[in-house]
Amino acid sequence: MEEAEAEAEVESNRDNVEVAPALIAVHPEQISVAVAVGPDLRVFDLLAGSAASLVDECGAPFHKDPIRAIRFGSRGKLFVSAGDDKTVKIWSTESWRCVCTVSSEKRVSAVAISEDGCHVCFADKFGVVWVVDVAGSHGHVTLGDRKPTPLLSHYCSIIPSLEFSPDGRFILSADRDSKIRVTNFPKKPLNGAHEIQSFCLGHTEFVSCLAFVHARECPQGLLVSGSGDSTVRLWDISSGALLDTCEVAAKSIMNYECILLRSLTISRGGKSDILDPHLLFLKAGLLESNGEAEEHGHAVTDLCTTISGLLIAVAIQSLQGIVLLSCDVSAQTLSVSKVVSIAGEAFVPTCLGFSPAEGKLWMVTGVSSLPACNYPPLARVRVISAIDAEQEPVVLGDDEIPGGEKLLETLQGSASVDESAFLAAAEAVKTAMRNLLIKKQYPADNRESRKKTRNDRKLKM
Amino acid sequence: MPETEVKATISKSTGLPRKRFYRARAHSNPLSDSHFPVPISPSQFDYSLHYPQIFPSSDQADGSRKIQFADIGCGFGGLLISLSTLFPETLMIGMELRDKVTEYVKERILSLRVANPGQYQNVSVVRTNSMKYIPNYFEKAQLTKMFFLFPDPHFKEKNHRRRVISPFLLDEYAYVLKAELEADPVVKLLSSATEEGQKVARNGGQTFQAVFRRIVPSDQTS
Repeated sequence: MEEAEAEAEVESNRDNVEVAPALIAVHPEQISVAVAVGPDLRVFDLLAGSAASLVDECGAPFHKDPIRAIRFGSRGKLFVSAGDDKTVKIWSTESWRCVCTVSSEKRVSAVAISEDGCHVCFADKFGVVWVVDVAGSHGHVTLGDRKPTPLLSHYCSIIPSLEFSPDGRFILSADRDSKIRVTNFPKKPLNGAHEIQSFCLGHTEFVSCLAFVHARECPQGLLVSGSGDSTVRLWDISSGALLDTCEVAAKSIMNYECILLRSLTISRGGKSDILDPHLLFLKAGLLESNGEAEEHGHAVTDLCTTISGLLIAVAIQSLQGIVLLSCDVSAQTLSVSKVVSIAGEAFVPTCLGFSPAEGKLWMVTGVSSLPACNYPPLARVRVISAIDAEQEPVVLGDDEIPGGEKLLETLQGSASVDESAFLAAAEAVKTAMRNLLIKKQYPADNRESRKKTRNDRKLKM
Repeated sequence: MPETEVKATISKSTGLPRKRFYRARAHSNPLSDSHFPVPISPSQFDYSLHYPQIFPSSDQADGSRKIQFADIGCGFGGLLISLSTLFPETLMIGMELRDKVTEYVKERILSLRVANPGQYQNVSVVRTNSMKYIPNYFEKAQLTKMFFLFPDPHFKEKNHRRRVISPFLLDEYAYVLKAELEADPVVKLLSSATEEGQKVARNGGQTFQAVFRRIVPSDQTS
C-alpha cells in the first residue's frame, strides 16, 4: 500500500515538473513584447500595432516542448528562446526570422546575451553553461546551425538564471545550491571562462533570479538576487560581499498590515483591534496560505530592475501582485517601498519585464498545461505604469495598455481568460518549481522499500 | 551497554579505531543530493569545532590563521596524519563524501590527539561533497596546497562527469588556490603515506603524478 502511494506521488511529481510557467520579455525600446506559453512563442509588434509573424526555416521549426527562457539582447537586435526540446533559437528582432538554431544535449534552463550582442550563452540542466558565437547575424542573414562550446560549469546543479554585468566584463550564474558565481567573461569566450572573480554566498536556498541595479557611482552595477529562501539580497560582485538582505515575504506582509489596519479601523468606526498581520493579509485575499507548504511557499520567482534601477519589482509565489523595493546605492541597502496588488483578479505573476523607454512594468501569469484539469495553455498579461519613487503605480486596465485589445488577443491567445484557472495555475507552477529546485527529503521509514529497486544488491539476495 | 559497544570499535592496544567497523563501499554517489550541513560561506565555517585547541572560542575574530592544505577525498586519512607532524604550524583539512569513513577519520584524529598531547591539533576532517561545495569552505586564494590522491579515472564516457579533475572543476580549484610554485617535500609522501599508495606498493604497481599549470589570467598577457 505504501509503495503504491509512494509511486503515485512520484508520478504526479514528474507530471508537475513538465508544467512550465508563462514568460514575458519586453524589447528595450518597447518596440515589441514577447510571451512564451508552453511551446508557443507569441510576439506583438507595438510599432506596427499587430502580431509579428515568426519565420523559422532554421532546423526544426519552432519549439516542440515548453519554452523555459526568453530574452531580448540589451541592444534590441537579438531575441533568444530556449526550452525543453533541447534547442536554443536565436531570432532577429527586425525581421522576426530565426537566424540560428543551436542544439543542446540537455534541456535548457536559462539564456543570456552578451552586452555587445556577439555571444549567446545558455545553461543546461546539468549545470554547464555553453556559449555560441553569433557575431555577424543581421536581419536576413541566416547562420544555420551552430555548435556550442562549454564555457563554465556548476557541478550538477540546475542554473535558473544567467546574467551579464552591465559593463559586459562578467557573466553571472546562479544555481540551485544557493551559489552565485561571478566569472570574468574573456575576449575569446570559445576557449572557456576560467577566471572566477568571486562567489556571492549567502542565500540558504536556490537562487532563482538575478538583476543589476545601475548606478553612476558604480559602473559595474550592484547585483540583486532573489531566492527560494524568500529574501532579496544586494551584492558587490567584484568581492562577492553581501551588502544587504531584504526579507521580502515577511516585510511586505508587515507593510501591508499597516495600510489594512488603518482602513479596517476606519470602517469599524474608529475602534482598533489587534489583528494578526498574517490573518489580515489572508483576509484581504492577497496571500494564500497552504499550511504544510508554509516553509517553501514564498520563494521569489522573478526580479526586475526599473529605469533608474532604484526601484526593483519582485514577484513572490502566492503573492497576488508585486512588491517594489527601493535600493539606496550610497548606503547600499534595500528596503520594501510598496506592495502593489491587482484589484479584482487573482493574479500571481510568473514573470516580469520592464521597458525603460516607457517606464512600464509588464507582468504575465500562466502555465503551459495543467495536468489535472484539461485547460489549454493559458496566459494573462497586465501592465503597471508610473513605476517611480514619487508617483503611485497605476495598474492599467485592458484598454489602457499599449497595443490594447489586439495585444491581449495575440499574447494571451484570447481577449479574456477564465479566471478560475489562475489559482490552479499558480499552484501548479509553485509545485513544479519546488520539485525542480528544492532538494527532496526522503522520509527514513520507507527507506527499505525504496532500496528494493537498487540493482547492485540484487546479487546478494 | 552502549558504552562497551562504542569502545569495541576502538582497539584496546593502540587506542585507534578499528577499520573493521568502518568499512564502506569504495564509491559514494557525488551526483546525489545528500543532506549534510554546509557552511553558507567561508566566514561561517566554525574553526573552533575542528581545531579546539587552536581556536578555543567560537568567535574567531582575527581570522589570521586559515586552512592552507586540503585533502580532497581523504579516505581513511593516511596522508593527513603524515602531513600533520611534518607541518605542525599549518592548518589542514580532509574532505570525504562517505559518512562511515569520515567517522573513522574523526575517531582516529581524536585518539591520536589524546595519545600525543599537543600534536595532531592542526588536522581535521569534514563530510562534504567537495565537487559542489569547495567555494563554501575556502575563500579566494586561501589554500596553498590541494591533494587529490588516486582519483577514480571513470573511464566510461558517461561517467566522465563524475571525475574529480575536470576542466570545470579545475576553475574552482584555481580560485581557491594561491598562485605559487615550489619544489616540495610533500611529493615523496604522495606515493607512500596513503593507504591506497601503500596498497599499490604492496602489489608492485606504479604511481603516476599529473601536473596542471594555471592558465595565465587575462590581465597578465599583453
